[in-house]
Amino acid sequence: MSEITSMSEVASEVASEVALQAVGLVRRIEGAISHTLVNGIDLSVRKGEFVAITGPSGSGKSSLLYLLGLLDAPTEGDVVICGQPTSKLSESDRADIRLTRCGFVFQFHFLLPEFTSLQNVTLPMRAAGKMTDKEMNERGLELLTSLGLKEHAHKRPNQLSGGQRQRVAIARALSNQPEIIVADEPTGALDTTSTEQVFSILRDIADSGRTVVVVTHDPALAARADRRVHIVDGKIHDSIPGAIQGSSPAPEPAVAVGASAAES
Amino acid sequence: MSTKLLFDIAWTHVTARVRQTLVGMAGVAMGVGFTIMMAGLMEGSQIDFLRQLVDTMPHITIQDERRAVPTQPADQEYGAVQMSNVTNLNNRPGIRYPESVMASLRSWLPGDVAPSVRTTAIIDHGGGRIGVTLTGIDPRLETRVSKLATQMREGVISDLSRAPNAIIIGEALAQKLAVKPGNSVTLIGGKGTEVTSSVVGVYRSGLKRIDEGQIYALTGFAQIMMGQSGVINELRLRLNNPLVAQQVATQVEAQTGYKSVSWQEANADLLSTFAVRDFIVLTVMGAMLLTSSFATYNIISTITHEKRQDIAIMKSLGMREYAVRRIFIIESAIIGFVGILFGWLIGYLLCYGWSHITIYNPLTGANVPLQIYYSPTHYIVAGGISLICCTGAAFFPARKATRVHPVEIIRGAS
Repeated sequence: MSEITSMSEVASEVASEVALQAVGLVRRIEGAISHTLVNGIDLSVRKGEFVAITGPSGSGKSSLLYLLGLLDAPTEGDVVICGQPTSKLSESDRADIRLTRCGFVFQFHFLLPEFTSLQNVTLPMRAAGKMTDKEMNERGLELLTSLGLKEHAHKRPNQLSGGQRQRVAIARALSNQPEIIVADEPTGALDTTSTEQVFSILRDIADSGRTVVVVTHDPALAARADRRVHIVDGKIHDSIPGAIQGSSPAPEPAVAVGASAAES
Repeated sequence: MSTKLLFDIAWTHVTARVRQTLVGMAGVAMGVGFTIMMAGLMEGSQIDFLRQLVDTMPHITIQDERRAVPTQPADQEYGAVQMSNVTNLNNRPGIRYPESVMASLRSWLPGDVAPSVRTTAIIDHGGGRIGVTLTGIDPRLETRVSKLATQMREGVISDLSRAPNAIIIGEALAQKLAVKPGNSVTLIGGKGTEVTSSVVGVYRSGLKRIDEGQIYALTGFAQIMMGQSGVINELRLRLNNPLVAQQVATQVEAQTGYKSVSWQEANADLLSTFAVRDFIVLTVMGAMLLTSSFATYNIISTITHEKRQDIAIMKSLGMREYAVRRIFIIESAIIGFVGILFGWLIGYLLCYGWSHITIYNPLTGANVPLQIYYSPTHYIVAGGISLICCTGAAFFPARKATRVHPVEIIRGAS
């Protein structure tokens, strides 16, 4: 009896460590020709873990990322964010989770062109409406300063370089202090120097205890993640532990259920 | 979702497209301005016409007749028998005990009452013969029930008392017969009574049919022309508020039993024409406001199309669909609101300018100014409808744009 209790406690402890979980995730596009983008993926990502999703073009890695970030809804399966299943939530509730628990970074910066860097960064905070203007501005400036953009706080996106815009986008993703950051090829449109900067920032974010899931084509960058999940034809092909970076948590073996099925 | 945030985003979008925004505002302003001008012009001309109409006639006329033909003695006696060619029995014309009736009415009436005698006559001057309505009045009481005293162009109403056969005629009739005050004319009554009378005054009511066909004399003279001495066949009422004439007429008729005709009933055809005209004008004004909102529709459609990426990113950041939709509705409301403010100014200036325009009337030879009615209701209604049209115009493109799945846009842009 005591052994069972002990196992249950361990399971509970493990569950509490999981920030993001995909359970039997399927995304199918119905139409004249049906197409399965994501085909039965099970994946668990721990708190503070930096996971890189790789794969050839059209393999379903971005689709998986959009499902994990609740930007898209699965045809089957569920996404569990910090222990909360999301498949039965309304679109409004999913929007609330995106606003407060997930931060997005895309290949293109998608900053509002008429707004300054600071205004773009404070946008999610203003949407959440939990802070005063002063607090939001202070936090926004703090984020921009931490990303080396203090002097660009009042510039508009068209006055910034590609790397600076992407860093502003990262600051915006961090503004509501989300537990999870999802990034879809955030360095895809950047030069080598900017790529290095952005990836280092993402690495630092993970090291600070947040969960980071990044889609990338770059194997060198993927190798710097705690774990690399390779997707082929909408399924996990393999899940490989990456290099240990800085003070990141020890890369425990991935809780990547389904990988074996894909391999077989 | 903070309204201030939505307003800030909307304001940023609107101010970033100055030319488009100004075009939209100009469209709304023109629509509102011309609507106010049209409403002022239409209501002004209508009020002016009704005022003339009401001023030239009693608000209520009590006539010496009944609504229904009284039951005839033959019918009372032989009700079951069909009879033809039986001449109806008519009582002596006139209102019975008119002084008592007037005293009774004065006790509660919100206005005043005066007796008169109405008959027909032919006026003859220099071979020209024209049929007219002769109304016998008491000059002292007449001022209480009609505007005749103020409508006098030559002479005064009390001049009737200068001679027993004196008459006051309309300006149009005077011109037609080439008659001036001091001239003598021949009046021929219904029973062939022929009397020479002198013209002591000329009035002008503004309505040609009145000015051509209505003459005034003393009550006694009209009774002579009618061939019925001592008869009063009409009581004329003037109310403090002419708009309640219909209700008062109903009460009067119930009290006296005599047919009481309000000015509304006497001009029912004309008023129904006004109702049709009002409907047409409202339709045109509504169409103008709706058309002006199409400019806003175009602008919002353009903005939503250009801002598809922004919409996608706002949704992906966690802003709800209705909140994003509200941004574009606020943008439209901003364009509409500022356009309405300018429209009010344009409307006022147009009304002011139009009120200084005079139109020559070839029939009367007079320059008639355009009558404008200034009413806050016009401004509020035009502004309100325009704002509804603008926000309505924004709703559909905004809804369409915000329904787009963010992933589609993000994938397309990446």
